[in-house]
Amino acid sequence: MSDTIAPARRFSLTALANPTRFLSYSGKILPWLGGLSAIILIVGLYMSFTAPADYQQGITVRIMYVHVPAAWLSMMGYMVMAVSALGTLIWRHPLADVSIKAAAPIGAAFTFLALATGSLWGKPMWGTWWVWDARLTSVFVLFLMYLGIIALQRAMDDPVKAARPVAILVLVGTVNIPIIKFSVNWWNTLHQPAAVIRMDGPTIDPSMLWPLLVMAVGFTLLFFFMHMVAMRTEIWRRRIASMRRASAREQRGAAKPVLAE
Amino acid sequence: MMALILRDIRIGVRAGGGMLIGILFFLAVITVVPFGVGPDLKLLARIGPAILWIGALLASLLGLDRLFQADREDGSLDLLIMAGHEHPLALTVFAKCVAHWLTTGLPLVIVSPALGLLMNMEPAAIAATTATLLAGTPAITFIGATGAAIAVALPRGGLLVSVMVLPFVIPVLIFGVMAAYGAVEDPAPFLQPFLLMCALTLFFAALGPLAAGAALKGSSD
Amino acid sequence: MTHAQYVFVSYTLTAIVLGGIGLWLWLDRRARLAELKRLEESGVRRRSQDRAGHRA
Repeated sequence: MSDTIAPARRFSLTALANPTRFLSYSGKILPWLGGLSAIILIVGLYMSFTAPADYQQGITVRIMYVHVPAAWLSMMGYMVMAVSALGTLIWRHPLADVSIKAAAPIGAAFTFLALATGSLWGKPMWGTWWVWDARLTSVFVLFLMYLGIIALQRAMDDPVKAARPVAILVLVGTVNIPIIKFSVNWWNTLHQPAAVIRMDGPTIDPSMLWPLLVMAVGFTLLFFFMHMVAMRTEIWRRRIASMRRASAREQRGAAKPVLAE
Repeated sequence: MMALILRDIRIGVRAGGGMLIGILFFLAVITVVPFGVGPDLKLLARIGPAILWIGALLASLLGLDRLFQADREDGSLDLLIMAGHEHPLALTVFAKCVAHWLTTGLPLVIVSPALGLLMNMEPAAIAATTATLLAGTPAITFIGATGAAIAVALPRGGLLVSVMVLPFVIPVLIFGVMAAYGAVEDPAPFLQPFLLMCALTLFFAALGPLAAGAALKGSSD
Repeated sequence: MTHAQYVFVSYTLTAIVLGGIGLWLWLDRRARLAELKRLEESGVRRRSQDRAGHRA
């Protein structure tokens, strides 16, 4: 919602840069996206409850069908934010910042789910709620980064001014994720934790792979559905703010004509 | 650039008391630990390097929000940003980081051997911890500069800076503590994590000022 | 807890968290739309609506 005016070119991203056009396009896509994700999720749920139980882990393997997609989306959510941050910094895409702001809480929710379901899976399998395993630790750090970004967004009142700092924080975080991942792996191999059963066997039976894939697709669609809804709400929120500002200016201008533009 | 470093050092030493408060905070953290875990000297010696590192980390985070805020309040930050076409803003930020580290980070490193004695650490462990702190705390300042620049416009940015920067300094902490333990525990290597930490410091020395400069440019208007 | 309960708790938790965020998004959306409507009724117009100019 900055004052950069995008010339109406044929290029679709540029065309989408106009929030009004985005609102009308997304309004058309939204019901389809929501319906599709609901159908796929229902199918996925059915498949994951009819899938055979693992001979080793028994029924708890069903936690995998929510845990793995959530963990996957926690990373994809950050990737969406990183791409949007590039959009903010390089192209000054007015919607990119809206996209970051909409994606952060949703991504954080999926990250939380990945941690919580992982913990619920760990208790019957490993006998403990939490191990400082490399993978768990890096997801936990990712969660902290999400919270930091959300805190920064909440602390800044003016969304136009907040856009650049938030984008920089997201990008610096993107650069740092591999480093954190690497260091945590290293740290973990030195502090060998008590025998942890590796969850990811080299092969996964197709009877378990299919429900997992369907659930992953359903979760991904759900993420984009929620992301789009949140983006539309955010556009409206900014529009309301600018309308309020404009009307306040007009009223002041009417009272004191000298100040009118 | 040298002039800027000297100016900032002079301000840091004279006005802030920030240097003293940082050291006092470090001291307080270290003193609290034995009360928490008990006065068992063996245990204290074992966790000593880790506690020293955590204390230094917290103390460096504490002073970070002042990195740009004082300059913003008296308006000299705008001058520095406007001078951006003469020397790159990242270089200016780098100079400010160096000055900030010299006035807040270096004193922590200097007092850490004395605190190591309080923790009943072996001489080798003290030497290793001091060396890792010397090489590692600049990384905290450099990456912290990004956080400080991002939050510079906020009235109560201090806590927010710590929260934002904490995930990024985890690797520094990991390698720093690892190297410190590597010096005393036999099978663990010292040089490998130490060099990795130095690499991190160099990396952050490049990345931090660049990102901080970009964030500051946006904050000026 | 039996293993089935762990499974049950994880699915319930997922439903609660996703449902919660969905509810929050929906309430936020409804509140913003209502606010927008109120503003438009009270005569506040966007610049693009009273002039032909585009606003990006």
